Parts: sequence; structure tokens; C-alpha cells
Amino acid sequence: MRRANISEAAGLVFRRDLTLALRRWDEVTQPLIFYVVVTTLFPLATTPDLAQLRTISGGVVWVAALLSALLALESLFRSDVEDGTMEQWVLSGQPLAWLLLSKVAAHWILTGLPLVLIAPVVGTALGLPFDAWGTLMLSLLLGTAALSVLGGIGAALTVGVRRGSVLLSLLVLPLAMPLLIFGARAVAMQMDGDSPAGPLQLLAAIFFLALSLGPLAMSAAIRISVES
Amino acid sequence: MWTWLHKFASPPHAYRLLGRLAPWFGWPALALILLATWWGLVRAPADYQQGDAFRILYVHAPSAWMSMFIYVVMAVAAGIGLIWRIKLAHAAAAASAAVGASFTFLALATGSIWGKPMWGTWWVWDARLTSELILLFLYFGYMALRASFDDPQRADRASAVLAIVGVINVPIIHYSVEWWTTLHQPASVTKLDKPSIAIEMLYPLFIMIVGFQLYYGWLLCRRLRAEILRRERNATWLKEGL
Amino acid sequence: MDLQSFFNMGGYAEFVWSAYGLTAVVLVANWVAARRREAEELASARRRTQQLKESRT
Repeated sequence: MRRANISEAAGLVFRRDLTLALRRWDEVTQPLIFYVVVTTLFPLATTPDLAQLRTISGGVVWVAALLSALLALESLFRSDVEDGTMEQWVLSGQPLAWLLLSKVAAHWILTGLPLVLIAPVVGTALGLPFDAWGTLMLSLLLGTAALSVLGGIGAALTVGVRRGSVLLSLLVLPLAMPLLIFGARAVAMQMDGDSPAGPLQLLAAIFFLALSLGPLAMSAAIRISVES
Repeated sequence: MWTWLHKFASPPHAYRLLGRLAPWFGWPALALILLATWWGLVRAPADYQQGDAFRILYVHAPSAWMSMFIYVVMAVAAGIGLIWRIKLAHAAAAASAAVGASFTFLALATGSIWGKPMWGTWWVWDARLTSELILLFLYFGYMALRASFDDPQRADRASAVLAIVGVINVPIIHYSVEWWTTLHQPASVTKLDKPSIAIEMLYPLFIMIVGFQLYYGWLLCRRLRAEILRRERNATWLKEGL
Repeated sequence: MDLQSFFNMGGYAEFVWSAYGLTAVVLVANWVAARRREAEELASARRRTQQLKESRT
């Protein structure tokens, strides 16, 4: 039997994760519903006046996306570590960072991308104008992707811990604050008529940094979790 | 050189050395902190704009400095422990966490107290205070992660990864918070900056910082000894008596 | 600076003194905590050595 090369292995992991997730559909839809519910909380807590909500709409959508993404991240590695698959991957001799990146990519498509696509809908419910849609979606695209990597590190560190999702949020939220600052601000600037290029570029920079260093940290974290 | 390092890092050796080193940190620390306190409260003249309230600088700024310094030391020690598998380094990181968090809390509290007479509110979302707050969250996260594992090796190594990821993030967080606060006031003065003052008024500040550094050294000696005792509980050198 | 103005701190007394007081509290608390940790570990290590000696005799 021929040993797979890394791109084959990564592709296999990607397809396998997508297939498995589509079988556990509720794990995919629940964070999405949470996202919509959380966005609804803000008008209930403040005001139904769209003109007032408009000013915080970008921020609210971003916070809801952040919390929802974190919620979805807890299950990223759990089942694979529990049933020993992860141990096999560590021992397989394939570069672990790539396998994990594939896994995170599949996870993001299922949990992060829907947040991006639905964002205009929830944003509009908060008074977000149409011309801010593009900035909102682009900022969330970069932000949720970066968050998947950052959160992946956190998830790898906390695998198997009781009440792990609270700990995961506690670890990842401070690290995610720059994403929130730049992403929400980009939307606000777009609404004010200024160019959002500055914060969007900074967001992209963080995303690329996360993409390059994140998988290394994730594989170190997985090894630590699995070897104990 | 590596034999020397490994010899030093050997627990019984380190334990004795730390015990002998501690007073050399402790007494100078006490002296300098007292000197700086007297100098800052009595000898330094009052500020032109802020009056005597600016004296809070002499405890606020050194606390903020220590909160950052200790976080970096913690991350570096954790990194050394992770890469070279030196248990003492992990112990140093563990020993530093609570100390660093307490300085962060102090920086926040003194910053808040300083803010009230100056700007009328107990809290302002200015860049320094917000960054300190996020740093406090990072410390809490580190300590929470450590505490969630029974296996000491996993606790050491997982928290080391977290500390390294955190320390890389700190400049990013600082910059983003800075950017966030300057958006509405492009030409604003950072709120808790030192007022533009003469160099003589900065002497107590420098002395206090050195005093705090030495104090941290003393605390580290004591806490490291405790860590060594705890980690080496089943080792022969300990069982044979101290 | 005379004693009166030392305590008064130019009208900012409650702020300056609470800041310095809090600093003292935090520094002393660290001292106490570090000493106590070390003493606890030492006592527990001594107890174990004692038990070991007793189990041998």
C-alpha cells in the first residue's frame, strides 16, 4: 500500500470532516441559530429604533459572530481525540500542522462561512445600510477565518477539560479583541462614508499571521494534549 | 556552558542557590521602595497642572511596567521550558503568574484612582487602561488553564503554548487598542501619560521601578523554592533530608 | 513640606493615600503569600522525610 503524500492526506482529512459534519447537522446549525438569537438580544435590551441601532449594528453583528464561532469551536477536536484518531495522526508521520489546517478549514466552511453569509440579514435587522454589506462580509470573512485558527489553538489546548467551552472562551476572547476592534470599526467607517481600507488591511495582516503561525501552535498543542 | 546550565537547573542546586540569593534581592528592594515612596511623596515638588495627585504616577507606572515585564518573563521561561524541557523554567513561569496578575490589578486600580480627580470618572476607556485590562484577562486565562489539569506536565506544556501565543499577541493588542482610542481624538494626549515634567521629578519613578524589579526577584526566589519542593516531593535528595 | 500638607496632599488626600495604601496592601500580600507557600511546602517535605525515617526504623 502506497503512503499518501501530504496533499492527498490533507485533502482526505478535509473531505472526511465535511462528510462527518454533514451527518451531525445540528452541530452545524445550532451555532448559527445562536448567532441570530444573540443579535436579537440587543434591540430587546436597548431600543427598537433602527436609527439608533444602526450606529452599533456592525459591532453587534461582530460580537454575535465571535460568540457563535467560539461556541462551535469546542467540538473541533473533541471526537477525534476521544476516539483515538488524533493519536493516529500524530503518529502517522504526516506533517500534523497541515492535517490540522485542513480540519480547521472544513470546520470554518461549516461554521464560519454561514455567519458571513447570513450577516447582511441580521445586520439589516439592526439597521445596517446596504452599502455596508460588502465591508461587513469581508471583515467577517477574514475575522472568522482568523478566529478559527486562533480558536483552534485554544480548542487543542483544552481538549478533554471539563466545562472546556467556558475555558476556551476565556482563553480566546482576549486574543480575538484586535479582530473585533478592526472588523467592527471597518463597518462603522464604511457607514460614516470613510474608506474602511485601513482596518481591513490590518485584519488581513492578522489573518495571514494566524494562518502562518497558528497551525504550528495547534500541532504543538495537540501533541501535548494527546501525549498526556 | 551547557553543563553549568544543567547543573544550575538541577533542583537541589537551584534550591540552595535561590535561598542564598533571596536576601540580596529582598533588602535592597525594601530600601529602594521606601526611598522612592519618601522621595515621591515628600521630596518631589507638586505638578503644575495636576497638583499632588500626580504622585500616584510613582506607584501606577511601575506597576504597569512590572505587569508587562513579568508577562514577558513568564512567556520566555515557559518557552525555554517547552523547547529545552527544563522543569525549572516551567516552575519559574508558574511562580510568576500570580505576581504578574497582582501588579496588573494594581496598575488598573491605581490608574482608576488617578483618573477620578483628573477626569471625573472612575474608569476611562483609554489605551493604557484598556490594554492593562486585556493583559489581566490574559493572566487569568493562563492561570485558569494551568489549574484545569491534574497532570503537572500537561499543565506546564499547555500553559507554555498559551503564554507564547499570548506574548506574540500582546503587541497586536496594544496597537489595536491604541488605534481604537485615537479614532475620535486624533490629536489627543494619552490620558495617563506622564505630565510634561522636569527630570528631577522622574527620579523616584526610576527608583521605584528598580525597587519593584528587585522585589519581583525576591518573590521569584521564594516561590521557585516552593515550586521545587512541590515538584521534587518524590525525589531522593528531598527524601534524604534538607 | 510640612506634616499638614503631607496628609492633605493638596486636596487629593483620599486619592493619593488610597493609591499608595493599595500598593502597600498588594506588595505585602505578595510577601505573605510567597512566605506562606514556601513554609507550607517545607513543612510538608519535612513531614514526609520524618515518615520515611520512621518507616525505616
